[in-house]
Amino acid sequence: MNTSSRLRLKAMIVKELWAVLRDPRARITLIVPPLLQLFLFGFASTLEVKNITLGIYDQDRGARSREVIDAAAGSPNVRHLVRLDSPQAVARAIDNREVIAVMSFDANFSRDVAAHRPAQVQLVFDGRRSNAAQIVNGYLGQIVAGVGAGILASPQIPGGSIVTNWFNPNLDYLWFTMPALIVTIAALSVLSVTSQSVARERELGTFDQLLVSPLRTYEILAGKVTPALLLGTFNATIYLLLIPNVFGVPFTGSILIFYLALFVYLIALIGIGLLVSILARTQQQAFLGMFLTTIPLIILSGYAAPIDNMPGWLQVIAQANPLAHFLVIIEGLFLKSMPLGDVLANLWPLLVIAAVALTSAALLFRSKLE
Amino acid sequence: MRVFNSRRFVAMLSKESLQILRDPASLLIAFALPPFLLFLFGYAVNLDTARTRIGLAMLDNSDAALSLESAYRSSRWFDVQTSNSVAPLKTDLVAGRVRGIVVIPQDFGRLTASDAASIEVITDGSLPNTASFVAAYAEGVRQTWAAGQVAEKGRPLAAAPIETDARYWFNPELTSRFFLVPGSMAIVLTIIGTLLTALVIAREWERGTMEALMATPLSMVEFIATKVIPYFLLGLASAFICTVLAVTVFGVPFRGSAPALLLIVSAFLVPALGQGLFISAATKNQFVASQIALLTAFLPALLLSGFLYEISSMPGWVQILTYAVPVRYLMPLLQSVFLAGDIWPLFLPNILAMLGFGLVFFLATSRVTRRRIA
Repeated sequence: MNTSSRLRLKAMIVKELWAVLRDPRARITLIVPPLLQLFLFGFASTLEVKNITLGIYDQDRGARSREVIDAAAGSPNVRHLVRLDSPQAVARAIDNREVIAVMSFDANFSRDVAAHRPAQVQLVFDGRRSNAAQIVNGYLGQIVAGVGAGILASPQIPGGSIVTNWFNPNLDYLWFTMPALIVTIAALSVLSVTSQSVARERELGTFDQLLVSPLRTYEILAGKVTPALLLGTFNATIYLLLIPNVFGVPFTGSILIFYLALFVYLIALIGIGLLVSILARTQQQAFLGMFLTTIPLIILSGYAAPIDNMPGWLQVIAQANPLAHFLVIIEGLFLKSMPLGDVLANLWPLLVIAAVALTSAALLFRSKLE
Repeated sequence: MRVFNSRRFVAMLSKESLQILRDPASLLIAFALPPFLLFLFGYAVNLDTARTRIGLAMLDNSDAALSLESAYRSSRWFDVQTSNSVAPLKTDLVAGRVRGIVVIPQDFGRLTASDAASIEVITDGSLPNTASFVAAYAEGVRQTWAAGQVAEKGRPLAAAPIETDARYWFNPELTSRFFLVPGSMAIVLTIIGTLLTALVIAREWERGTMEALMATPLSMVEFIATKVIPYFLLGLASAFICTVLAVTVFGVPFRGSAPALLLIVSAFLVPALGQGLFISAATKNQFVASQIALLTAFLPALLLSGFLYEISSMPGWVQILTYAVPVRYLMPLLQSVFLAGDIWPLFLPNILAMLGFGLVFFLATSRVTRRRIA
């Protein structure tokens, strides 16, 4: 690279950095929301079911029903018990979503237990929240079985299983969410910035000035890539510091590999963002295009729901999603001290995606220039 | 100057409507986004666990161990990959090729004879939900197998003294799509009501065409109403598309009434549009408006509304925050009107809450606008 080319490149990068950072409100928008998102969504996005409100309809009012109710009240997952006194009240409490489940005992419950007849606890759940309801059913089943085991001392089925949870001994959901947020928040902020970059010049008319400047295609592109790359690295570094130190999620992998994978990931995102930006004619189209790209990228990443659960054809499509691969790497580096070999197995698809996205962005960009 | 003039109003309204009809981006968002998002949430977000790959370490070759192995192989919950040692399976667990390991220990056969045989289950804690699932179902398969063994020996098995009988109202098959599809309708309405509105109107501020409008005799009420009504109609149209798709393509039952749905959607569009208008008036910059709309409307709709995550499970301060998110009031209503029916005691307070938010946003918009112009 000769001196004038280096000068041009430098000027282009400085110009692009200014374009992003000049407006003080835009500057704040780049830094503050990602941090807010980390705190807010880190705590909000849990698939655990806690603090439930449980309805009780007890026609038995005997010793055994009280025993089950007390056990339920003592469960760490149950916050409130609501006493209901008629089937109508049960229906109303479920309909109005005052309770997620109702536990009912018929009038003979304690007598049935005393007579060694099968006694039944009826559970009614709000199926509008079928997923949470199933989890609550698991809790209540355990509580009832616990009371039952106390009544009948000998174990019914011999043996058992000893469970060890690797990488996250207490199955703390935050340990999954926090590293995953590096993946999703970086995607949101990097795609927001890059998708605007070319479209803004188009809308403001400065794109034509770039055309008549002595800048080469790759110099313009390098200028467009730099701000997002710096922003993404900056935000990820803050997360890398905050997540272990503030949220207590361990980082067990190699920092070097983290930055290597991050670099490839950011390049892949920037490639996609530039494609959107080049195809858009206005900032508004660029934003909507960015939005329509980001939603499926996040939904198909394995963050909201496991990729394993998706239908086969969607799992194939998810292979082209950089977020899906980077999520595996990040969870591996944080929790599993993932060795280089396993990281590379997920890094090469990321490299292919980055190469394809950036090359097609460059080709498309050149065709627009001419 | 009169606050409301019907000729002026109609003229402005038709101008604003034409403006939207001529903008391909707005129309695309209103009509192509609903099917796109519904398909995405209907198919891609599946919270009903499918078959899970696990490793089975057979450290014992006794008849009991082999019979338990075949119990795992024939289970409909697991795809089993067998090995005669734990080490290679541990590597697979780190790489994510299996989501759990079941270890049948060396003396399993001998201990089975004395009813004391345990297995070990190792889960991948980096996916907490899958880990709980693997632990619970691995034990379930083992229990069924152990009960069968006991029965074979001719010993009667003591029945549990207390049993539970679970019933799921409104969604007995526990299909997660049935609450995700109505929920994604709330996301669509947020996108059209707040995101699109904030973006489009921020562009008018950026270009100065808003100031031009301000110079006309248009009153504040007319100004806000004519800006908002076309987007309101756009929102209703896409709600209609969502409903038709939900019922016909995704087979979601519709047990409520159409007027109730119309009322719910209309009540939500008031705060959604108010928020969009307020963001645009307060920022007057497309990029900032888009980022703020994303942060304060779209992400909360996805994460703080009870759509994917239970609000009661969140920490207290986050729960309090959810009360400031209008979609929170919409989500239970949409799920109810589809799955349960018209439950007015649930609908009315939530509808009032949404309208209250709408009022606040519109008052704030008119304040900000007046101040900026003056």
